[in-house]
Amino acid sequence: MTSRLALWGAGLACAVAVAAAGVWALNRLDEAPLPAQDAPASSAPETIARGEYLARAGNCISCHTSPGGAAFAGGRAIDTPFGSIYASNLTPHDATGIGRWTSSEFWRALHNGRSRDGRLLYPAFPYPNYTRVTREDSDAIFSYLRSLAPVEQPSPAHALRFPYNTQAALAVWRALFFRPGVLDAQPGQTDEWNRGAYLVQGLGHCAACHTPRNALGATREGAAFQGGLMPVQNWYAPALNSAREAGLAAWPLEDAVALLKTGVSPRAAVSGPMAEVVFRSLQYLSEEDLRAMATYLRGLPQAQDAPLPVARPSQKVMERGEQVYAQHCAQCHGRQGEGSAGAFPALAGNRAVEMPETVNLVRMLLQGGYLPATQGNPRPHGMPPFMHSLGDEDMAAVLSYIRAAWGNQGSRVDTIDVHRGRERRGH
Amino acid sequence: MSALLRALAVWAAILAPSAWAADADHPPVESMASRVLACTACHGREGRATPGGYFPRIAGKPAGYLYHQLLNFRDGRRSYPPMSYLLEHLTDDYLREVAEHFAALDLPYAPPQPAQAPAAVLQRGRALVLQGDAGRDLPACVHCHGESLTGVAPFIPGLLGLSRDYVNSQLGAWQTGQRRAQAPDCMAQVARQLSVEDVSAVSAWLASQPVPAQGRPATALAMRLPLPCGGVPQQPQAAAGGVR
Repeated sequence: MTSRLALWGAGLACAVAVAAAGVWALNRLDEAPLPAQDAPASSAPETIARGEYLARAGNCISCHTSPGGAAFAGGRAIDTPFGSIYASNLTPHDATGIGRWTSSEFWRALHNGRSRDGRLLYPAFPYPNYTRVTREDSDAIFSYLRSLAPVEQPSPAHALRFPYNTQAALAVWRALFFRPGVLDAQPGQTDEWNRGAYLVQGLGHCAACHTPRNALGATREGAAFQGGLMPVQNWYAPALNSAREAGLAAWPLEDAVALLKTGVSPRAAVSGPMAEVVFRSLQYLSEEDLRAMATYLRGLPQAQDAPLPVARPSQKVMERGEQVYAQHCAQCHGRQGEGSAGAFPALAGNRAVEMPETVNLVRMLLQGGYLPATQGNPRPHGMPPFMHSLGDEDMAAVLSYIRAAWGNQGSRVDTIDVHRGRERRGH
Repeated sequence: MSALLRALAVWAAILAPSAWAADADHPPVESMASRVLACTACHGREGRATPGGYFPRIAGKPAGYLYHQLLNFRDGRRSYPPMSYLLEHLTDDYLREVAEHFAALDLPYAPPQPAQAPAAVLQRGRALVLQGDAGRDLPACVHCHGESLTGVAPFIPGLLGLSRDYVNSQLGAWQTGQRRAQAPDCMAQVARQLSVEDVSAVSAWLASQPVPAQGRPATALAMRLPLPCGGVPQQPQAAAGGVR
């Protein structure tokens, strides 16, 4: 009996050891040992300028700067379902920043998600996307960051729940969901398409929001750009491969470029987290790169959108919604939802209004918002928040109304959806 | 059929706006008044909120003050998430323009809310506002906010025409650090010397006062500031320990 138990024990120990070895090995894929001697960061002005441009493309500044704080000095909390992660200080301060880092260590962080001290990094830092960035681009970004004035600002410790706060859990997550690898150019595609793919999949890390995530927070395999609810933030990043959501395939290229460059186009405008991406990142990219990104996005394999059943609101709700609309909305959006070109978006025939997922509509009604003030649209119009002036039922009624009026084909919005929006809960 | 309906909707769209005359509710879309409609939903038509509600009037406040508050909200020195959210992706240049738009409005003020507080409280408030408390080294409100309490252009706000709730919550926010200004934060220093009773008395008296002279801010400080204020650059300031 005891010998059988011992046998089972030994078997179990072996299985654990094999699994641990597997996890260990999977965490070291495509990871070369650090060189004994690293070339110092280039101080050539053209390399630094290129690094600055690439850091813009990666939107590093958004997470690595706290509101009103020194640029790149970190400290901003990234809230996740597993707790809060604090972005680190990227200025070249010796003790609190990347002052002692080498270019190989920086590359290893970007490419393998491993910090200077060997610890695994949390994928809130989007290295599952940044791993596609080339070593040359990584070195340029490193040179740029090294050229900044050092700021002494220690990064707060992450506030994650057990077991997510352990390196072991992170190692298992990475073994399951992370594979490092630079993007190979597709010979059958144009240079422009390949450049777009590199920017969208790498520094642009578009998939970090626009691809749905599983329960462990990893982007779902085979679901690229199908749209995802951003946890905690509670915004829905619409599908980039669907004409029903934010797909660009049917748009003229110029309109797609205008949206990315200025935040507004004749067909749509950006809001929520995408306003930040345009404001801090995309507006600074060259026309050429934006055209490449738009070309790649327009060429994504398109989802075959089957028609959805539409749950129409009741007559009573429509009447109430129409009243609220006339009182609060028609002033800017027009009596027939026609909007006002260049200022207030049309609601009739607007896919952001008709989209099946309604969290964004609820958020916009609650919080309002301004388009980002970009070089191409420096004095944007905005929408007021209605969180104080409209109750949940009025909000649900008016949203149901705009989704069903003027030939729009969206399902009704229920009071509970608005309530959840106020509470910042998805579903 | 649905294409026909949409075409009709588009035509209705093209025709409808011409039926509206441009007025305060429908300013021309290119105007600043149209661009700040997101503000006036809470701060009142054209920014002239009355003391009847919580949200403060912004029309006619000094431009530098409004600009600093917009920056403070955007950059996290003032904590009111709905404001911070609205301003998050706006530039300094545009915020300055928004501030100047509201500062330039010269609109009548509503009469104050009738005072609810007992006479003794109002008396205490009046004394603190007009004289301060020398024994506690507490400067009078009028020392900085103008003899008639309508502010001093371009950086110091007036204190009249606001609701009692708003004044209370601002003084409270300064005491707890929820509201901050550029360092050195003189108003935080003053607010932290106030007791709960002081705050209540000051707000009761201020909210009960009519706004004189259309509320226009004074053009220059009558006296040197008793404390250095980061929000009031390039103003004569007393040396440390000076006027006080």
